[in-house]
Amino acid sequence: MLLLVQYTLIFASVLVLVALGGCFSEHSGVINLGLEGIMVIGALGGALVMRYMTGLVSPAVLVLLVLLGAVGLGTIYSALLGVASIRFRADQTLVGTAMNMLGVAAATVLVKAINTAADPNDVSSTIKYVEAKKAFLINVGGFELNWFMLIAIVALVASAIVLYRTRFGLRLMACGEHPQAADSVGINVHKMRWRGVLISGMLGGLGGICYILAGVSEWKFENGVAGFGFLALAVMIFGQWKPWRIGLAALLFGLFRALSNVYFGFPVLMALNIPGSIYNMLPYIISLLVLAFTSKKSRAPKAEGIPYDKGQR
Amino acid sequence: MRKVFKNEAVQSLIASLLCIVLGLLIGYIVLLFINPSGATQAILAVIRNFLNTSRANLQVKNFANTLAKTAPLLMCALSILFAYKVGLFNIGAAGQYVAGACACLYASLAWGWGWLACMAFAIAVGALYGAIVGFLKAYCNVNEVISGIMLNWIGLYAANMILSNVKEPTSPYTVHLKDAAPQAILPSLGLGQFFENNQYITIAVPLAIVLAVVILVVLNKTRFGYELRATGYNKNAAKYAGMAEKRNIILTLMIAGGLAALGASLLYQTDYMQWEVTASSVPSMGFNGIAAAFLGGLNPIGTIFASYFIQHITDAGAFVDKTMYSSQISDLISSLIIYLCGFVLFIKHTIRAGVARSEERERRKALAKTEKGGEA
Repeated sequence: MLLLVQYTLIFASVLVLVALGGCFSEHSGVINLGLEGIMVIGALGGALVMRYMTGLVSPAVLVLLVLLGAVGLGTIYSALLGVASIRFRADQTLVGTAMNMLGVAAATVLVKAINTAADPNDVSSTIKYVEAKKAFLINVGGFELNWFMLIAIVALVASAIVLYRTRFGLRLMACGEHPQAADSVGINVHKMRWRGVLISGMLGGLGGICYILAGVSEWKFENGVAGFGFLALAVMIFGQWKPWRIGLAALLFGLFRALSNVYFGFPVLMALNIPGSIYNMLPYIISLLVLAFTSKKSRAPKAEGIPYDKGQR
Repeated sequence: MRKVFKNEAVQSLIASLLCIVLGLLIGYIVLLFINPSGATQAILAVIRNFLNTSRANLQVKNFANTLAKTAPLLMCALSILFAYKVGLFNIGAAGQYVAGACACLYASLAWGWGWLACMAFAIAVGALYGAIVGFLKAYCNVNEVISGIMLNWIGLYAANMILSNVKEPTSPYTVHLKDAAPQAILPSLGLGQFFENNQYITIAVPLAIVLAVVILVVLNKTRFGYELRATGYNKNAAKYAGMAEKRNIILTLMIAGGLAALGASLLYQTDYMQWEVTASSVPSMGFNGIAAAFLGGLNPIGTIFASYFIQHITDAGAFVDKTMYSSQISDLISSLIIYLCGFVLFIKHTIRAGVARSEERERRKALAKTEKGGEA
């Protein structure tokens, strides 16, 4: 039971971080379907730091550096979306999809190259971080508290404040609702959208490193992040683009994702004799159902997905 | 010359070629970054594919294998293209492809159906799978990209579960069709003899090309296609003009689903591939279809060539020097090409602006001439 709570919290943390990333981007008016790719690249950034820095610095510094690596690479990578969709008015769905594929391919090529260079017989795309992982955990009576749970809560509170209580947040949301109106009162729409996209890159990268540190102690980059970026988008829609609701939605989705990791720990569930594949499908099925029931009256930012054109009314 | 550049098709061609060149160039830079000594060799290997081998019969064999995989890719690309013309981004093609693979393999191995029945069953299952996305989009306003991705994963796990019943006892792969269900293998009509008797060359390739032409005709020359495109341009306008926009959305995704599923049938029913029931990621065919569709300028005929090109470089990944690079360099290049396809509108716009500017200059020159003439 404790294990279930622990996994639920850690997966919910990932979902909160990434969904908030999507939330910032969409409130600024850019649909970020590339979150999945951003997560992979962010995870790569963190994993590379762990690969090269473990043992060289103290655990606290390592944690900080890993976070920096993930946030840094995630942000840089999200600029690909910014350039294409803000500057060149590209189709945001297409670019996002390309970024997802590019993220996995680039990470695989890079990690394989690193592994092969270190050991010619090693052609895997796996990075191990058994030792480094310990720096992220605090054991409280059998319950593994993870730094990311704290980070997720902080991000949640901060997002709620930034979006609703600051000039920046309100202006950002104006650009996603009615960019022409925002422009007419002197807000630079392109600049705001850039900020929205880069913030989503930061949070997405953070979510990525958090995801690969949850549960396992090595990561095969060929597998990407298994649709987690899209689950986060489902969380965002279920949360109606509002931080607090996103937090609650993430807990629900996190629970179902956690079940597939720990279902064999429950005699009741084992007795039902449901194949493991069903548990693997569960988060995706739930999100489909949830979306079916909540999308009808969804309150998405009105101008999301439409490139800003000054000449349009 | 200017007339040539004004042509829409020429603009598309230039934009696509530019995407390819830039994609290869960036791929080359990545290779240089990893290991400069073999980069030129590696990028040439990717471009050459079957020409990497010197023996003629081996070249033909490799070329034929690429062709065998081009057919399913073309079907996935057509699926994405068809839906995109109706304003829908069918990223669920990957899942519909999985559904088709699962259907045709299970029908052939477990029930012993013939090839045509298996193919029809695959199309039906794929269409049904696509219909889910369409229904959710039309009636529940669910974004088709997100529901498509969810269904991709559900489909993958379901296929793994179902096909576990027909797998080889000692391996995670499904049983070879030629051993257990030869009746389900697509007929070749003797096409293989043009390719050194390659057993994977079947009616799949010509069938896929014919379907590309059919899609072209349906979209551009029929009332049905016109209605679908109208729905894509403006859903509300289509509705007020008396078109059943909800039905059109569902129908579109059913057709798209059927196309992608047929793609799977065209590959798995040649026995070229077996399904791996421990697969942990969705086959990339559906995603590469996005690359092919957009690289082909969203034109069915262009897509035929683009599909071949994407499959050509994908297969060529096997030829790069494994001691330095990995075969995924091809995936990297194709995903770069998709990304660059996002800039196609901008490229076309630039070409048009250039043409307009030069025309303007000419007009002014002509005007200046006549004015001068008037003075004298």
